[in-house]
Amino acid sequence: MASAPTYTPIATQTLGSATATITFSSIPQTYTDLIVVASVQSGGASQMNLTFNGDTGNNYSKTALYGNGSSALSLRGTNNPAITVAFTDSSPNYSPSIIQIMNYANTTTYKSVLIRTSYSGEVDAAVGLWRGNTGSAAQAITSITLANGSNYSSSSTFTLYGIASA
Amino acid sequence: MATSTYNLIASQVVGSGGAASVTFSSIPGTYTDLKVVMSTRYSGASETNQLISINGSSSTFSMIQLYGGGTGVGSYTTPAQYAGNVGGTNYTANTFNNIEVYIPNYTSSNYKSYSVDAVTETNASAVSMGLAAGLWSTTSAITSLSFAPSSGSYVQYSTFYLYGIRNS
Repeated sequence: MASAPTYTPIATQTLGSATATITFSSIPQTYTDLIVVASVQSGGASQMNLTFNGDTGNNYSKTALYGNGSSALSLRGTNNPAITVAFTDSSPNYSPSIIQIMNYANTTTYKSVLIRTSYSGEVDAAVGLWRGNTGSAAQAITSITLANGSNYSSSSTFTLYGIASA
Repeated sequence: MATSTYNLIASQVVGSGGAASVTFSSIPGTYTDLKVVMSTRYSGASETNQLISINGSSSTFSMIQLYGGGTGVGSYTTPAQYAGNVGGTNYTANTFNNIEVYIPNYTSSNYKSYSVDAVTETNASAVSMGLAAGLWSTTSAITSLSFAPSSGSYVQYSTFYLYGIRNS
């Protein structure tokens, strides 16, 4: 008997027009981890910002490594209103991002995020943390928002996968 | 039972004679993304670059790499076909590189961007971590992928797994 799939697409969005913000809402609490795979383009290099449950308080932190082809550096930010994922690419390129969110459904731990992303001018790796909407209360993630400082271009794609440990 | 959306398309394990390159051909166009997971080692001495070719092409590639070797970091743009680092006889015996290449929307008519994550730990000084953003500036759907060390050949027990991931 075949085993049940453990890597399941929960929702996908392919933009039909320029859009500044996409949200995955009503995320089922039945998986262990979440993965967001995005392939995005915008009118120019602009930041893609990740938030959870609509929280835009200063409850996020991030440590990142960057390389631009000639130099490498590490940056860190604390008490930020979002986790900056990366810059988005402009036509004709689409920048890929893979965002892994561990143990998103529990109410006992702050939420850790691993991010791998890039665009034509940079390669990035980062770890992020969300401390809940009060900055000190662990919460289950029920929605994920990826907002762009500009607009995502048409044909940008976003898919949310659920990973079940059993 | 629901249908699996994360499937092994093909795998290759290098035999005792080694292999100068490994190719996945006739890749079905029925998935959304492709992911290649590799465990590799090659016949040369010093670490070298692993190169990717798509649809038999070695042109229109560009790349930005972030590299760490245990004592420092750097960022590079060559070789354009970079798809990870491969260790050789300078590496501790029996250690192989772990490399993952992820290609979203591989059948689209857009240019193909992809990410490369490559790491090696040897419990010795010859170690590496390479993260890269790759771009193949061609609009054709991807139907074949090839990997090869920039010199020499893959040694026995190197493994290559190609997965297809569907978003519905």
